Amino acid sequence: MSPITVGTVVPSQTFRVTRLDLVRYAGASGDFNLIHWNERFATSVGLPDVIAHGMFTMAEAARVVTDWIGDPGALEEYAVRFTRPVPVADDDRGSEIEVSGEVTEVLDNGRVKVMLTATYEGQKVLGNAVAIVRVA
Amino acid sequence: MPDVQDAHGAQGDPLTLNAALVGRTYPSTPAYVVGREKVREFATAIGDLNPAYHSVEAARALGYSDVVAPPTFAFVVAYAGSSQAAMDPELGLDYSRVVHGEQRFSYARPIVAGDSLIATATIEAIRSVAGNDIVTTRVELATEAGEPVVTTTTVIVSRGTAEDPS
Repeated sequence: MSPITVGTVVPSQTFRVTRLDLVRYAGASGDFNLIHWNERFATSVGLPDVIAHGMFTMAEAARVVTDWIGDPGALEEYAVRFTRPVPVADDDRGSEIEVSGEVTEVLDNGRVKVMLTATYEGQKVLGNAVAIVRVA
Repeated sequence: MPDVQDAHGAQGDPLTLNAALVGRTYPSTPAYVVGREKVREFATAIGDLNPAYHSVEAARALGYSDVVAPPTFAFVVAYAGSSQAAMDPELGLDYSRVVHGEQRFSYARPIVAGDSLIATATIEAIRSVAGNDIVTTRVELATEAGEPVVTTTTVIVSRGTAEDPS
Protein backbone atom coordinates (compact mmCIF):
# COMPACT_ATOMS: atom_id res chain seq x y z
CA MET A 1 0.00 0.00 0.00
CA SER A 2 1.44 3.39 -0.96
CA PRO A 3 1.58 6.09 1.73
CA ILE A 4 -1.85 7.05 2.91
CA THR A 5 -2.59 10.74 3.01
CA VAL A 6 -5.59 13.01 2.93
CA GLY A 7 -7.22 12.40 -0.42
CA THR A 8 -6.19 8.75 -0.71
CA VAL A 9 -9.03 6.99 -2.47
CA VAL A 10 -10.46 3.79 -1.04
CA PRO A 11 -11.38 1.58 -4.01
CA SER A 12 -15.10 1.81 -4.69
CA GLN A 13 -17.34 -1.23 -5.04
CA THR A 14 -20.86 -1.94 -6.21
CA PHE A 15 -22.99 -4.33 -4.18
CA ARG A 16 -26.03 -5.97 -5.68
CA VAL A 17 -28.91 -6.78 -3.36
CA THR A 18 -31.79 -9.05 -4.34
CA ARG A 19 -34.82 -10.32 -2.47
CA LEU A 20 -32.90 -13.52 -1.78
CA ASP A 21 -30.15 -11.49 -0.13
CA LEU A 22 -32.70 -9.82 2.13
CA VAL A 23 -34.24 -13.14 3.12
CA ARG A 24 -30.78 -14.51 3.86
CA TYR A 25 -29.86 -11.41 5.87
CA ALA A 26 -33.13 -11.59 7.81
CA GLY A 27 -32.29 -15.14 8.84
CA ALA A 28 -28.68 -14.42 9.73
CA SER A 29 -29.42 -11.23 11.66
CA GLY A 30 -32.74 -12.23 13.22
CA ASP A 31 -34.45 -9.11 11.80
CA PHE A 32 -37.64 -10.48 10.25
CA ASN A 33 -39.43 -7.17 9.97
CA LEU A 34 -42.04 -7.59 7.22
CA ILE A 35 -40.93 -4.50 5.32
CA HIS A 36 -37.75 -6.34 4.33
CA TRP A 37 -39.40 -9.25 2.55
CA ASN A 38 -43.19 -8.80 2.29
CA GLU A 39 -44.13 -6.47 -0.55
CA ARG A 40 -47.82 -6.54 0.36
CA PHE A 41 -47.01 -5.23 3.83
CA ALA A 42 -44.30 -2.78 2.71
CA THR A 43 -46.56 -1.06 0.21
CA SER A 44 -49.43 -1.03 2.72
CA VAL A 45 -47.32 1.18 4.99
CA GLY A 46 -46.43 3.57 2.21
CA LEU A 47 -43.08 2.23 1.09
CA PRO A 48 -42.38 2.02 -2.64
CA ASP A 49 -41.43 -1.67 -2.33
CA VAL A 50 -39.67 -4.04 0.03
CA ILE A 51 -36.63 -2.17 1.35
CA ALA A 52 -33.21 -3.43 2.35
CA HIS A 53 -32.32 -3.56 6.03
CA GLY A 54 -30.38 -0.44 6.96
CA MET A 55 -27.91 -2.70 8.73
CA PHE A 56 -27.45 -4.65 5.48
CA THR A 57 -26.45 -1.46 3.68
CA MET A 58 -24.18 -0.53 6.59
CA ALA A 59 -22.56 -3.98 6.37
CA GLU A 60 -21.94 -3.63 2.62
CA ALA A 61 -20.45 -0.15 3.01
CA ALA A 62 -18.02 -1.49 5.63
CA ARG A 63 -16.66 -3.97 3.09
CA VAL A 64 -15.07 -1.15 1.12
CA VAL A 65 -12.99 -0.35 4.20
CA THR A 66 -12.25 -3.89 5.37
CA ASP A 67 -11.29 -5.02 1.85
CA TRP A 68 -8.92 -2.05 1.68
CA ILE A 69 -7.21 -2.69 5.04
CA GLY A 70 -7.29 -6.49 4.91
CA ASP A 71 -7.49 -7.03 8.68
CA PRO A 72 -11.07 -6.26 9.71
CA GLY A 73 -9.80 -5.81 13.27
CA ALA A 74 -8.09 -2.58 12.18
CA LEU A 75 -11.47 -0.89 12.13
CA GLU A 76 -11.76 1.13 15.35
CA GLU A 77 -14.92 3.12 14.78
CA TYR A 78 -17.72 3.01 12.25
CA ALA A 79 -20.80 5.21 12.15
CA VAL A 80 -23.58 6.01 9.69
CA ARG A 81 -26.89 7.82 9.48
CA PHE A 82 -29.68 6.13 7.55
CA THR A 83 -30.98 8.81 5.23
CA ARG A 84 -32.92 6.97 2.53
CA PRO A 85 -34.21 3.43 2.05
CA VAL A 86 -32.99 1.10 -0.71
CA PRO A 87 -36.02 -0.48 -2.43
CA VAL A 88 -35.50 -4.00 -3.74
CA ALA A 89 -37.86 -5.18 -6.47
CA ASP A 90 -38.97 -8.78 -6.97
CA ASP A 91 -36.72 -9.47 -9.95
CA ASP A 92 -33.42 -11.19 -10.66
CA ARG A 93 -31.52 -7.96 -11.07
CA GLY A 94 -32.14 -6.49 -7.63
CA SER A 95 -30.75 -3.10 -6.65
CA GLU A 96 -27.22 -1.79 -6.71
CA ILE A 97 -25.57 0.07 -3.85
CA GLU A 98 -22.44 1.93 -4.90
CA VAL A 99 -19.93 2.68 -2.18
CA SER A 100 -16.83 4.84 -2.42
CA GLY A 101 -14.46 6.20 0.20
CA GLU A 102 -11.71 8.71 0.73
CA VAL A 103 -9.26 9.47 3.50
CA THR A 104 -10.21 12.86 4.88
CA GLU A 105 -7.95 13.07 7.91
CA VAL A 106 -4.74 11.55 9.20
CA LEU A 107 -5.05 10.97 12.94
CA ASP A 108 -2.57 10.02 15.66
CA ASN A 109 -1.37 6.48 16.37
CA GLY A 110 -1.35 5.44 12.71
CA ARG A 111 -5.06 5.94 12.25
CA VAL A 112 -6.97 7.63 9.46
CA LYS A 113 -10.52 8.82 9.01
CA VAL A 114 -12.36 7.56 5.93
CA MET A 115 -15.52 9.21 4.69
CA LEU A 116 -17.79 6.81 2.82
CA THR A 117 -20.43 7.59 0.22
CA ALA A 118 -23.16 5.04 -0.46
CA THR A 119 -25.69 5.68 -3.20
CA TYR A 120 -28.64 3.96 -4.82
CA GLU A 121 -29.62 5.30 -8.23
CA GLY A 122 -27.38 8.29 -7.65
CA GLN A 123 -28.92 9.29 -4.33
CA LYS A 124 -27.17 8.98 -1.01
CA VAL A 125 -28.58 6.31 1.27
CA LEU A 126 -26.14 6.90 4.14
CA GLY A 127 -25.14 10.19 5.73
CA ASN A 128 -22.05 11.01 7.80
CA ALA A 129 -20.66 7.56 7.06
CA VAL A 130 -17.29 7.54 8.78
CA ALA A 131 -14.74 4.86 9.55
CA ILE A 132 -11.66 5.27 11.76
CA VAL A 133 -9.03 2.75 10.73
CA ARG A 134 -5.54 1.79 11.89
CA VAL A 135 -3.30 1.72 8.84
CA ALA A 136 0.12 1.56 10.49
CA MET B 1 -33.99 -3.69 14.72
CA PRO B 2 -36.45 -2.60 12.10
CA ASP B 3 -35.42 0.39 10.01
CA VAL B 4 -39.04 1.22 9.49
CA GLN B 5 -42.12 -0.24 11.01
CA ASP B 6 -45.79 0.45 10.49
CA ALA B 7 -45.91 3.89 8.95
CA HIS B 8 -49.65 3.96 9.40
CA GLY B 9 -51.04 5.70 12.41
CA ALA B 10 -48.53 8.47 11.84
CA GLN B 11 -51.03 11.06 12.87
CA GLY B 12 -52.04 12.76 16.05
CA ASP B 13 -49.82 14.40 18.61
CA PRO B 14 -46.10 13.84 18.77
CA LEU B 15 -45.18 11.30 21.42
CA THR B 16 -44.09 12.49 24.78
CA LEU B 17 -41.31 10.35 26.10
CA ASN B 18 -40.24 10.04 29.68
CA ALA B 19 -37.05 12.12 29.73
CA ALA B 20 -36.41 11.00 33.30
CA LEU B 21 -35.09 7.75 31.83
CA VAL B 22 -31.96 9.43 30.44
CA GLY B 23 -29.06 7.71 32.14
CA ARG B 24 -31.02 4.60 33.04
CA THR B 25 -28.93 1.44 32.71
CA TYR B 26 -30.68 -1.89 32.21
CA PRO B 27 -29.67 -5.24 33.69
CA SER B 28 -27.03 -7.00 31.63
CA THR B 29 -28.34 -9.63 29.24
CA PRO B 30 -27.49 -13.31 29.56
CA ALA B 31 -24.31 -14.17 27.70
CA TYR B 32 -24.44 -14.43 23.89
CA VAL B 33 -22.01 -17.13 22.87
CA VAL B 34 -20.59 -16.34 19.42
CA GLY B 35 -20.54 -19.50 17.33
CA ARG B 36 -18.11 -20.09 14.47
CA GLU B 37 -20.87 -21.19 12.10
CA LYS B 38 -22.98 -18.16 13.06
CA VAL B 39 -20.11 -15.87 12.12
CA ARG B 40 -19.73 -17.66 8.80
CA GLU B 41 -23.50 -17.53 8.22
CA PHE B 42 -23.61 -13.79 8.88
CA ALA B 43 -20.58 -13.11 6.67
CA THR B 44 -22.16 -15.18 3.90
CA ALA B 45 -25.43 -13.27 4.28
CA ILE B 46 -23.66 -9.98 3.61
CA GLY B 47 -21.80 -11.61 0.72
CA ASP B 48 -18.41 -11.08 2.33
CA LEU B 49 -15.79 -13.70 1.52
CA ASN B 50 -13.03 -12.08 3.61
CA PRO B 51 -10.99 -15.14 4.73
CA ALA B 52 -10.80 -13.82 8.30
CA TYR B 53 -14.56 -14.37 8.59
CA HIS B 54 -14.52 -17.92 7.27
CA SER B 55 -11.14 -19.56 7.81
CA VAL B 56 -9.78 -20.25 11.27
CA GLU B 57 -6.29 -20.46 9.76
CA ALA B 58 -6.65 -17.05 8.08
CA ALA B 59 -7.95 -15.51 11.31
CA ARG B 60 -5.08 -17.03 13.31
CA ALA B 61 -2.59 -15.67 10.79
CA LEU B 62 -3.92 -12.21 11.70
CA GLY B 63 -3.48 -12.96 15.40
CA TYR B 64 -7.05 -13.90 16.34
CA SER B 65 -8.06 -17.03 18.20
CA ASP B 66 -10.89 -17.94 15.81
CA VAL B 67 -12.91 -16.56 12.90
CA VAL B 68 -13.58 -12.82 13.14
CA ALA B 69 -17.12 -11.48 13.00
CA PRO B 70 -17.86 -8.74 10.43
CA PRO B 71 -18.02 -5.30 12.12
CA THR B 72 -21.81 -4.93 12.01
CA PHE B 73 -22.37 -8.33 13.61
CA ALA B 74 -22.02 -6.46 16.90
CA PHE B 75 -25.50 -5.09 16.29
CA VAL B 76 -26.95 -8.60 16.34
CA VAL B 77 -25.27 -9.31 19.68
CA ALA B 78 -26.29 -5.94 21.13
CA TYR B 79 -29.91 -6.15 20.03
CA ALA B 80 -31.21 -7.91 23.14
CA GLY B 81 -29.75 -5.07 25.19
CA SER B 82 -30.85 -2.16 23.05
CA SER B 83 -34.40 -3.47 22.72
CA GLN B 84 -34.71 -3.56 26.53
CA ALA B 85 -34.41 0.21 26.47
CA ALA B 86 -36.51 0.86 23.36
CA MET B 87 -39.32 -1.33 24.63
CA ASP B 88 -39.26 -0.15 28.24
CA PRO B 89 -42.94 0.63 28.92
CA GLU B 90 -41.85 3.54 31.11
CA LEU B 91 -40.20 5.16 28.10
CA GLY B 92 -43.50 5.44 26.26
CA LEU B 93 -42.07 4.87 22.80
CA ASP B 94 -44.54 3.84 20.10
CA TYR B 95 -42.42 1.11 18.56
CA SER B 96 -44.78 0.84 15.59
CA ARG B 97 -43.44 4.18 14.34
CA VAL B 98 -39.79 3.57 14.94
CA VAL B 99 -37.16 4.15 12.27
CA HIS B 100 -33.46 3.34 12.62
CA GLY B 101 -31.84 6.77 12.38
CA GLU B 102 -28.16 6.25 13.12
CA GLN B 103 -25.81 3.47 14.12
CA ARG B 104 -22.31 3.79 15.57
CA PHE B 105 -19.74 1.21 16.66
CA SER B 106 -16.55 1.66 18.64
CA TYR B 107 -14.34 -1.42 18.76
CA ALA B 108 -11.79 -2.29 21.44
CA ARG B 109 -11.21 -5.40 19.33
CA PRO B 110 -13.27 -7.39 16.83
CA ILE B 111 -15.72 -10.00 18.05
CA VAL B 112 -14.39 -13.50 17.43
CA ALA B 113 -16.01 -16.92 17.56
CA GLY B 114 -15.90 -18.28 21.07
CA ASP B 115 -16.60 -14.92 22.71
CA SER B 116 -19.22 -15.02 25.43
CA LEU B 117 -20.63 -11.50 25.48
CA ILE B 118 -22.99 -9.69 27.78
CA ALA B 119 -24.80 -6.54 26.71
CA THR B 120 -25.50 -3.64 29.05
CA ALA B 121 -27.77 -0.93 27.69
CA THR B 122 -28.02 2.67 28.83
CA ILE B 123 -30.37 5.35 27.55
CA GLU B 124 -28.00 8.14 26.61
CA ALA B 125 -30.33 10.81 25.27
CA ILE B 126 -33.97 11.55 24.63
CA ARG B 127 -34.96 14.53 22.56
CA SER B 128 -37.66 15.79 20.31
CA VAL B 129 -36.87 17.42 16.98
CA ALA B 130 -39.53 18.69 14.59
CA GLY B 131 -42.20 16.50 16.11
CA ASN B 132 -40.05 13.38 16.08
CA ASP B 133 -38.97 11.69 19.29
CA ILE B 134 -35.36 10.57 19.18
CA VAL B 135 -33.83 8.07 21.58
CA THR B 136 -30.12 7.28 21.76
CA THR B 137 -29.18 4.00 23.42
CA ARG B 138 -25.64 2.87 24.12
CA VAL B 139 -24.84 -0.81 24.59
CA GLU B 140 -21.58 -1.97 26.08
CA LEU B 141 -20.58 -5.44 24.92
CA ALA B 142 -18.08 -7.10 27.21
CA THR B 143 -16.87 -10.60 27.86
CA GLU B 144 -18.17 -12.37 30.94
CA ALA B 145 -14.74 -11.72 32.44
CA GLY B 146 -15.37 -8.00 32.01
CA GLU B 147 -13.15 -7.23 29.01
CA PRO B 148 -14.75 -4.42 26.94
CA VAL B 149 -15.16 -5.46 23.29
CA VAL B 150 -17.54 -3.17 21.42
CA THR B 151 -19.69 -0.16 22.24
CA THR B 152 -22.71 0.24 19.99
CA THR B 153 -24.83 3.37 19.84
CA THR B 154 -28.26 3.22 18.25
CA VAL B 155 -30.40 6.24 17.46
CA ILE B 156 -34.03 5.47 16.83
CA VAL B 157 -36.58 7.97 15.68
CA SER B 158 -40.28 7.73 16.40
CA ARG B 159 -41.88 9.78 13.72
CA GLY B 160 -44.53 12.16 14.95
CA THR B 161 -45.50 13.35 11.50
CA ALA B 162 -46.57 11.53 8.35
CA GLU B 163 -43.41 11.91 6.30
CA ASP B 164 -41.71 9.40 4.06
CA PRO B 165 -40.00 6.65 6.01
CA SER B 166 -36.23 6.71 5.81
